[in-house]
Amino acid sequence: MRIPCPHCGTRESQEFVYRGDAAPVRPADDGAMFDYVYLRDNVAGVMREHWYHAQGCRQWIVVTRDTRSHAIDHAEFAR
Amino acid sequence: MRFSIFNLAAHALTGHRRWTPSWRDASPKAGYDVVIIGGGGHGLATAFYLAKVHGITNVAIVEKGWIGGGNAGRNTTIIRSNYGLPGNEPFYEWSMKLWEGLEQALNYNAMVSQRGVLNLCHSDAQRDAYARRGNAMRLHGVDAELLDRNQVRAMAPFMNFDNARFPIQGGLLQPRGGTARHDAVNWGYARAASALGVDIIQNCEVTGLLTDNQGAMTGVETNRGPIRAGKVGMAVAGNSSRLAAMAGLRLPIESHVLQAFVSEGLKPVIPGVITFGAGHFYISQSDKGGLVFGGDIDGYNSYAQRGNLPVVQDVCEGGMALMPMIGRARLLRSWGGIVDMSMDGSPIIDHAPVPGLYLNAGWCYGGFKATPASGWCFAHLLATDTAHETATAFRLDRFATGDLIDEKGQGAHPNLH
Repeated sequence: MRIPCPHCGTRESQEFVYRGDAAPVRPADDGAMFDYVYLRDNVAGVMREHWYHAQGCRQWIVVTRDTRSHAIDHAEFAR
Repeated sequence: MRFSIFNLAAHALTGHRRWTPSWRDASPKAGYDVVIIGGGGHGLATAFYLAKVHGITNVAIVEKGWIGGGNAGRNTTIIRSNYGLPGNEPFYEWSMKLWEGLEQALNYNAMVSQRGVLNLCHSDAQRDAYARRGNAMRLHGVDAELLDRNQVRAMAPFMNFDNARFPIQGGLLQPRGGTARHDAVNWGYARAASALGVDIIQNCEVTGLLTDNQGAMTGVETNRGPIRAGKVGMAVAGNSSRLAAMAGLRLPIESHVLQAFVSEGLKPVIPGVITFGAGHFYISQSDKGGLVFGGDIDGYNSYAQRGNLPVVQDVCEGGMALMPMIGRARLLRSWGGIVDMSMDGSPIIDHAPVPGLYLNAGWCYGGFKATPASGWCFAHLLATDTAHETATAFRLDRFATGDLIDEKGQGAHPNLH
C-alpha cells in the first residue's frame, strides 16, 4: 500500500503512523468524551482516516481509502 | 453415530466409502427459540452448549458462507491461558479446561496437543514482567514456569543464543498450552450440535434485524427469508460493527487484518509454541509438518481479508532473528483474517442495549483459544440472562465505567493491542 502524501509524493505506507477514523472530533464537554474516545463507525467502505508521515514531512494527513479493498482515492493535509 | 475403534474398523472393511456427512446442512424453519448469527467456532460452540448444558435445542446457526470458511479457518491454532489480569485469567483457564476434555465431550478428534507455550524474554525488565505474569497465573491455579537461559536452550537448542542485541535470557512456559486442529474443532462442534437438534444453515446472510414496535428483537431478515427468534446472539467477530449497525449500535471496536503464514511440510523441528519477545513473532509446527507462524496485525482498518507486504517482511525478520534455520524453509501460503480489535484488547460477552439481542465480539487476535469458553459463557448468557462467573468482566459498558481489561496497557488504540 502506497500513500500519496500531499507534501512528499507517493511513499510506502510503513513511513506513516496510523491513527484511524478522521470523523470523530474532540468534544468541548466531558459528557461526549466516551463517544469520542471509544465508539467507532468502523466503516466497511470508503473512509477518511488520519495518517502521520513520521519518516517524511511529519505532517498529519487525511487519506481517503476503501477499507474493503485498500484502494486509496486521495490524500490531503489534515488542516 | 458415535466414532469408535469398532466402527472405524467396520468402515475400513468397506474401504471408507460409506461414511455419511457429519452434520445436517439444514434449511431455515420459520422460527427458533435462539438464532445465532455466525457459524464460526464461537457460534458453533455456543449452539452446542445451549443444547448440551441448558437443554435448549430449538436453535439455528445462520452462516453467510460455509462452516470453517471465516476466521475459524484463518487462525494459528494456539491454545493457552497465560493472561495476567483477574478479568481475563479465570475465563481463559476455563477455556483451557474445556479444551482438555473437548474430544471426549464432542466424540471428535480435535487433535488437542498440549505441547507447551514458551514466551521468551530478552531483558531483565521483561523477565520481571513474566515473573509477575507467571505468579498471577499461579495464584489462579494455572501452570506457569519461569525458565532460565539454559532451560530454554535445552528445549530449543536451534534458536540463536548468540544474538547480542536481543539475547535470550529465559522464558515463561505454560506446559498445558499448545495447539489444536482448528478445522476439526469447528467440525466437531458442528457435528455434536447438529446431533442434538441444532440447525446449521449455511449460505444464509443476515441482511437486517427484525424488531417489534417496542424495539425488542423478534428475528432476523436473511437472503433466505425472515427467521423468527426469541433471542438473537451475534458471534461474527470481524464484522461485529456492521451487524450491530443494523440494530443502530456503535461498538468500541475497529476491524483490522491479521496475517498468518505456513511453510512447506518439514520433519518435526519446533517442540511447542515459541514466541519471540523482542519482535512480534510466534511459531508452532502443525502435525502435518508445516511451520505455522505470525506476528503483528497490519495496523490499519481493513475488511479486505488480505494484508500487505511490510508485515510479511517484519514477521519474517523476527523469525530469522530468533531461529535462522527457518530461512531454509519455503513459504507455502499466507492469508489474512479480519479481527474485531476492541478498545482495550479484551472481548465482550454481554447483553446488547436492545432487548433480545446478545453480543459476542471484540476477540482481537486471540479468539481461537477462547472458543470453548466463549461458547460456554455465551450459551450461559443466552439461557439464563446472567453472565457466567468467569465472564463477568466482559461487559459492554466497561468502556463507559472505566473498568477496562487492558492487558497491554495501550489505552484506546485498537491497532496497538
